[in-house]
Amino acid sequence: MTVGSDNELEGQIAEWRAYMDRRRELHRPDADELEDHLRGRIADLTGAGLRPDEAFLIAVKRMGSLDELSREFAREHSERLWKQLVLPAEPDPPAAARSRRDLPVMLLCAALAAVAIKVPGLFGVDMEEDDTRFYALNLSLFALPPMAAYFAWKRQVGVRVVAVLAALFAVGGVAANAYPLAQESQSIALTAIHLPLALWLAVGVAYVGGEWGESRRRMDFIRFTGEWLIYFVLLGLGGGVLMAFTAGTFEAIGVDAQVAIFQWVLPCGAMAAVTVAAWLVEAKQSVIENMAPVLTRVFTPLFAVALSAFLVAVVWTNNGIDIERDVLIIFDLLLVVVLGLLLYAISARDLAAPPGLFDRLQLALVVSALVIDAMVLVAITGRISEWGFSPNKTAAVGENLILLTNLAWSAWLFLAFVRGRAAFARLELWQTRYLAAYGAWAWTVVLAFPLVFRFA
Amino acid sequence: MRITKDLVAASATPLVLGILAEGQSYGYAILRQVDELSGGQLEWTEGLLYPLLHRLERLGHVDSAWETPDGGRRRKYYRITEQGRAELAAQRQQWAAVVETLRGVWSATQFVRPMPALLWEVGG
Repeated sequence: MTVGSDNELEGQIAEWRAYMDRRRELHRPDADELEDHLRGRIADLTGAGLRPDEAFLIAVKRMGSLDELSREFAREHSERLWKQLVLPAEPDPPAAARSRRDLPVMLLCAALAAVAIKVPGLFGVDMEEDDTRFYALNLSLFALPPMAAYFAWKRQVGVRVVAVLAALFAVGGVAANAYPLAQESQSIALTAIHLPLALWLAVGVAYVGGEWGESRRRMDFIRFTGEWLIYFVLLGLGGGVLMAFTAGTFEAIGVDAQVAIFQWVLPCGAMAAVTVAAWLVEAKQSVIENMAPVLTRVFTPLFAVALSAFLVAVVWTNNGIDIERDVLIIFDLLLVVVLGLLLYAISARDLAAPPGLFDRLQLALVVSALVIDAMVLVAITGRISEWGFSPNKTAAVGENLILLTNLAWSAWLFLAFVRGRAAFARLELWQTRYLAAYGAWAWTVVLAFPLVFRFA
Repeated sequence: MRITKDLVAASATPLVLGILAEGQSYGYAILRQVDELSGGQLEWTEGLLYPLLHRLERLGHVDSAWETPDGGRRRKYYRITEQGRAELAAQRQQWAAVVETLRGVWSATQFVRPMPALLWEVGG
């Protein structure tokens, strides 16, 4: 056998091996084993006088079709068709030391959050008493800093980023507690809603490791947010089951566990779950399919149908929208949902793919949401002077305008894309840049609204 | 003569265990041995052999180890376990019973030949 034909044979085997490695049913050791088998047969055949390339062809032919082979393997190893999150995952040797510490660090951060929520209790700020206001305002200040710390550690951020994070959380803390808000102030609810949003973007700074200007990193943060939400809800459901069983079993032996559950398990567990969910998203991101885009695929057509039906109903019955106090909130939430559907469709999309049916559906969804919202805004402008500008209404109108702006420009970019006049990447860029607008608005509500409305 | 798929599948486990009972071996060598022992009449595919080996390993009848002979390539060797030997003994008894029964049937009919056509069918 000459050196040339030997090299050729190695090349052919490597090519065959590449096909094998693409099969999920065949793990690396299996492919190694089969390669050894192939080589054994080739050696026999060349020993019997065949040329290496002939021997290779016959050996591969004897092994039968790869489909059939994988099917047989799949029958024995059916678990391989389900991707599993292995804890802890098999790390590459260089990263091993760090990823071994990943779990303890996460647990430390989660424990910190769990302990922190009980610390005010030591100073007489009880959850049961009238101090719910304190917890409503400060909840995110207990939950999010440990998570930000976890990401700061994981991304090995510099001093500058740590300083930015510390400053943001400090400002949040001041905003939540320094203003002398009136007891019945609407600003309490507004801060309780907007401070977590503002601080969530601060967590984003840690998540992207300080590379805040990078559009791709921002998109990663959007993806992370969707997955985190899903995992948090799942953990919440599991926690609910745990608490229900704990309460029930203890009741069976005549011990009332209500206080322990509502004072300790629920708050501490919820705080820790924030960090645990973040860690889960990180750990499984390359192992398991992202859920948010899957849900988006399912619900985009359904929402498109629902919104179109609503529009048809409005035209058919000629009913105007009944402008009541909370109607703006509902339509704000509708815009948030539509935006979410848009974002998570973008997050999973192959940017180079041509426009398809799903894109048109998405465009229809966004446009119908815009039409509905425009109707609401038209109806409401007449009433706003009548009501005056309370903090709640100003916040609701402001949010509506911010979301409307985003969706309107998105629809425009989408239209250009569907008609083949613009690249899809522009839409992604627009969405990732727009994150700054949400941050600015959330901070405005938290910091400026109490001042503007004189703590009303 | 081709041996049917069912029969190949049914005899695969005792064959593999029997071969491994004589000493450790690896996939290709097992396949070749089966080929030689059956005079080429038992056609085993890789899709039969390797999942079977993995199943036997999962059940604990064999265990495996990667070994690298001097100057050679890494190769996965299989060895029979105590449990595997017990399984082999059990399967041997079952097969002996089956073979015995078949032998009994065939000696009772003397030899196997096509049944003669029935009288009333011929006479029609």
